[in-house]
Amino acid sequence: MGIIVDSRTRVLVQGITGREGGFHTKLMLEYGTKIVAGTSPGKGGTYVHGVPVYNSINEAIREQGTIDASIIFVPARFASDAVYEAVDNGVKTIVVITEGIPLHDELRFVNYARSRSVTLIGPNTPGIMTVGEAKLGIMPSHVFKPGRIGIVSRSGTLTYEVARELIKQGYGVSTVLGLGGDPVTGLDFIDVFKMFSKDDSTDAVVLIGEIGGDAEERFARFYSQYDGRKPVVAYIAGRTAPPGKRMGHAGAIISMGIGDYASKRSSLEEAGIPVADTPSQIHQLLSKILV
Amino acid sequence: MGSCMKLYEYEGKEIARKYGIETPRGILATSVEDVDKAYRELNTGTVVLKSQVLVGGRGLAGGVKKASNLEEALTKARELFSMSIKGERVEKILVEEAVCISRELYVSLTVDRATRKLVYLASGMGGVEIEELARKHPDKILRIPVDPFIGYSGYMARHALGFLGLQWDKLGQLDNIMRAMYKIMMDYDAELVEFNPLAYTCDGRLTALDAKIIIDDNSLYRHPDLQPLYGRDATPYEKVAKQLDFNYVELDGDIGVISNGAGLTMATMDSILHYGGRPANFLDIGGGATRERVREAVKIVVTHPRVKAVLVNIFGGITRCDEVASGIVEALSETKVAKPIVVRMLGTNEEEGRRILIEHGITVYTEMDEAVLRIIQLVRGVG
Repeated sequence: MGIIVDSRTRVLVQGITGREGGFHTKLMLEYGTKIVAGTSPGKGGTYVHGVPVYNSINEAIREQGTIDASIIFVPARFASDAVYEAVDNGVKTIVVITEGIPLHDELRFVNYARSRSVTLIGPNTPGIMTVGEAKLGIMPSHVFKPGRIGIVSRSGTLTYEVARELIKQGYGVSTVLGLGGDPVTGLDFIDVFKMFSKDDSTDAVVLIGEIGGDAEERFARFYSQYDGRKPVVAYIAGRTAPPGKRMGHAGAIISMGIGDYASKRSSLEEAGIPVADTPSQIHQLLSKILV
Repeated sequence: MGSCMKLYEYEGKEIARKYGIETPRGILATSVEDVDKAYRELNTGTVVLKSQVLVGGRGLAGGVKKASNLEEALTKARELFSMSIKGERVEKILVEEAVCISRELYVSLTVDRATRKLVYLASGMGGVEIEELARKHPDKILRIPVDPFIGYSGYMARHALGFLGLQWDKLGQLDNIMRAMYKIMMDYDAELVEFNPLAYTCDGRLTALDAKIIIDDNSLYRHPDLQPLYGRDATPYEKVAKQLDFNYVELDGDIGVISNGAGLTMATMDSILHYGGRPANFLDIGGGATRERVREAVKIVVTHPRVKAVLVNIFGGITRCDEVASGIVEALSETKVAKPIVVRMLGTNEEEGRRILIEHGITVYTEMDEAVLRIIQLVRGVG
C-alpha cells in the first residue's frame, strides 16, 4: 500500500552509470525496489549491479517490457531531455533527483508532464519511498519503519530528522515523499494530500514546509474546505530566515512579499492544522489528534 | 546559494535599451569628477543622482537625489559617495536627466510558483514597492499568466493597456515593452524583469525609470558572460563560502550554525531561536561531507567576529561521522580559536567520531534539542 509506488512498480534508472546513479541503484535494489533497466547514452549493453543498461528508454522497453516509473540522476543540463524522453515513452511516474536545473527548463518540463497526466516528483527531491516496499530516491532507509503516517516534505535531511523522531515515539511511515526544493515542482502539498487521503494505509499526514512561495498557504485554503478530513500536523522551517536571501534551496526565498514564516504558520493554524515549533514536537501534536 | 543574481539598475537599463525599451538618458559615474563630466555631457537642467546598490529600499534610505545645477549635483554626489545603504557602500552613481512624469506605472514579468507559469504583473500605481502594493491594494494589480510553451501574445498588451488606463494610441509602445520583457526573460534566463516605475511622460512616452533584473543562478552555465557578476552582494565571509561551494547566509545573532541540508540547517537555526538563542548564520555543507569540507566550514564560522559559539548538526545517511569529527578537530587546531563548540551527529562510524571529539574535549549529542539547549547555555556563560 502507500501512494504512487509499491513493491510491484517496475523502475528504470536514467543516468545509471554515473557515480550517484550507480551508488543509489545499489541501495534501492537492496531495499527491494524492482529496478528492471537503466539508461546511459553510449553505455548500452553493459550492466550496473546486475541491471541491464540501454542507450535509450525505447530500447529498454522493447527488451524489458513496461516501465512504470523512472528515476533521473543525470546532470542538470541534460535533465530536461531525460524528462521528455521518459514522458514521450509513456512512463507515468518520474522522479527527478537532479539539483540545479535552470528554472525555465523546469517550467517547461513540469508543464509538459502535467499536461500528459504524468506524476513528476521533484526536481531537487530526495525522492519517494513506500516504506518496506520500494524506494525511488536517496533517503537513508534505515531511518524509516513501516507504519500509518504519511510524510510530504520540501526538504531532505529535515525529513529524516522528523522521521527519526516519529519512529522513536513508536510511529511508522506509510509513504514519504519529497516535493523538491526548487521554486517549481511537479507535485505540491495539495496533490500529495489528495493521494494520502485515499490511501487506506495512511491515518495522518505530516507536512514539512519551508519559507518561499505559497504552497503551504494554498494547502491551508484547500484543507479548510476539504471534507472527509485526514488529520495533518505541520512543521515549517525558516522562521529565522531573512527576506531576499536564498536559504540553500532555490525555492527557499522570501521574495516580493510572499513566502514568510508567519504567513504560512497562521494560514495552517487557521485551517485547523497544528504547527510544531521544533521537529521533536511533531509527535506530541500527532498524539493529540490521533486518539 | 545565499546571494541572488541581481543586476544593478544601470545594467538592467542597458539591457532594456538593447531590446528597444526607452530609458532616460543617463551616464554612470564612479567619482565626483565623473559626475561633473556627466552633468555637462547630459546638458539638461535637472538631473537625478541614483546610487547603484543591490539592496532594496534605496529611495527611502536617501540613495536617490535630485539636483538642478552643477554645484548642487557635485554636493549631492559627495554625500552619496560617502553613504552606505543597509551596509552596502555606494560606489557608483547613475546620473540621469530628470523626466517630466505624468503617471507612474508598474510592469513586471516573473514566475508564478502556484500555477507553474510565467506571469505579467501590471498596475497603474507604480513607484511603490510591489510588496506594499500587493498588501494594500491587491485589486490594483493585474495578473496575466503566460504559458511557457506559448510565450508572449499580443492580446496581453491590449489587456494591460485598458487596466493601466492608457489610451489606444499607446498600444504599440506597450506591446514593444511587454514583448521585449519576455525576450529578455528568455535570453537572460531571468527570474524577474521589472520596470518600476514605468513612467508615462508628460509628452506621452513610456520610459523605464528603474529596471530590476534577477538572473536564475542555476542557468549561469549557459551564460559565461554573466558568471563574473555572481555573488557581488556577498559579504567577505559569504564570498569565501561561495568559493568553497557552501550555501552560507549571515544573520545577526551570535551562535554559529553548521548543518547538512537546507531544511535541517533552517530547523537548527529556528530551534536556537525557539529555545532563546540567536543564530549567527546559515551554513549548509550538503550531503556526504568530507573532512576537508567540514574543516573549511568550521573555519569560516568559528573565525567570524560575531560568533561566540558554534553548533554543528549533522544528520548523516551516508555522511561518515569520523570524517566530520576529524574536520572539526583540524579546524580548531588550525585556527586556535577558543570558542565553545557543540556537536550533534548521526550517521556511519558514529562511535569513532564520538571518540575523536571526546578526546579533544568536545561534547557530542545524538538529540538535536539537547545540543541546541547546551549551546545556548554555553553562550550565556552557564556551565
